[in-house]
Amino acid sequence: MAKNPNRPLSPHLQVYRWSPQMAISIFHRATGFVLATAGMMTLLWWLAAIGGGAESYATFQQYVVSAGADGTALQMVSNWFFRLVALAVTFSFFQHLASGLRHLVLDIGAGYELKTNRLWASVAFIAAIFATALVALFVASRFLGVL
Amino acid sequence: MDSRTYIGRVRGLGSAKHGGEHWLKQRLTAIGNVLLTTWFVLSLLMIPSFDHAALAQWLAQPLVAVPMILMIANIFAHARLGLQVLIEDYVHDDGLKFAAMTLLNFYVIASAVFGIFVVAKLAFTGAPA
Repeated sequence: MAKNPNRPLSPHLQVYRWSPQMAISIFHRATGFVLATAGMMTLLWWLAAIGGGAESYATFQQYVVSAGADGTALQMVSNWFFRLVALAVTFSFFQHLASGLRHLVLDIGAGYELKTNRLWASVAFIAAIFATALVALFVASRFLGVL
Repeated sequence: MDSRTYIGRVRGLGSAKHGGEHWLKQRLTAIGNVLLTTWFVLSLLMIPSFDHAALAQWLAQPLVAVPMILMIANIFAHARLGLQVLIEDYVHDDGLKFAAMTLLNFYVIASAVFGIFVVAKLAFTGAPA
């Protein structure tokens, strides 16, 4: 197979205007990647910390949830890192769930009309953002003492 | 040496008979994930306390440990299929693709076994003090 890197290429993604249908496709992949890596690693750490006993769970809490007033600098940085991870994973979960359900509907052959397709792609995004905001508010009020 | 083109070599052989397998498994594990993660999120929201003792007691119950083990297995099976497609679509060098696919398999199998072991050990023997 001759592979000439300088051969002319047909126009690719950059010639198209972004639409919800395009965005949801790449978001499905990106959020799936986030869930499979950051999401699952944090979940396994949490489970292992529970299984490991009170001391290992305290370590998990200090680094992931909240180190409290006498936490080390590393723990403070780690807390903020995991807050961002939690937000990304929460959004990824709802986004992947919503676009995954959309895929299951598309798989039975429904929802391909242009307007319908566009509508449900937008609805999936809005639902994911709404659900993420709801969970963030819940966590902020119940666990972080905000609100 | 076979000097025919790739398409020439496979033409006329018929299908490999597992073209639909990956697609179907992805959908079946997706449906399983909808059920299992819905259970998990609702459980998290309803846990009364996030103290270690309360969590260990919660996780050790059969009706929590079993769905948790199912969820870990199902999620990693689904992630394996999904990340495989990412590698196939974006890694074009044959050697790198082989390496990435091997790493992916190591990652999902090791992680799933670890998670299942942790939950099973807690359910069978309880948490250390």
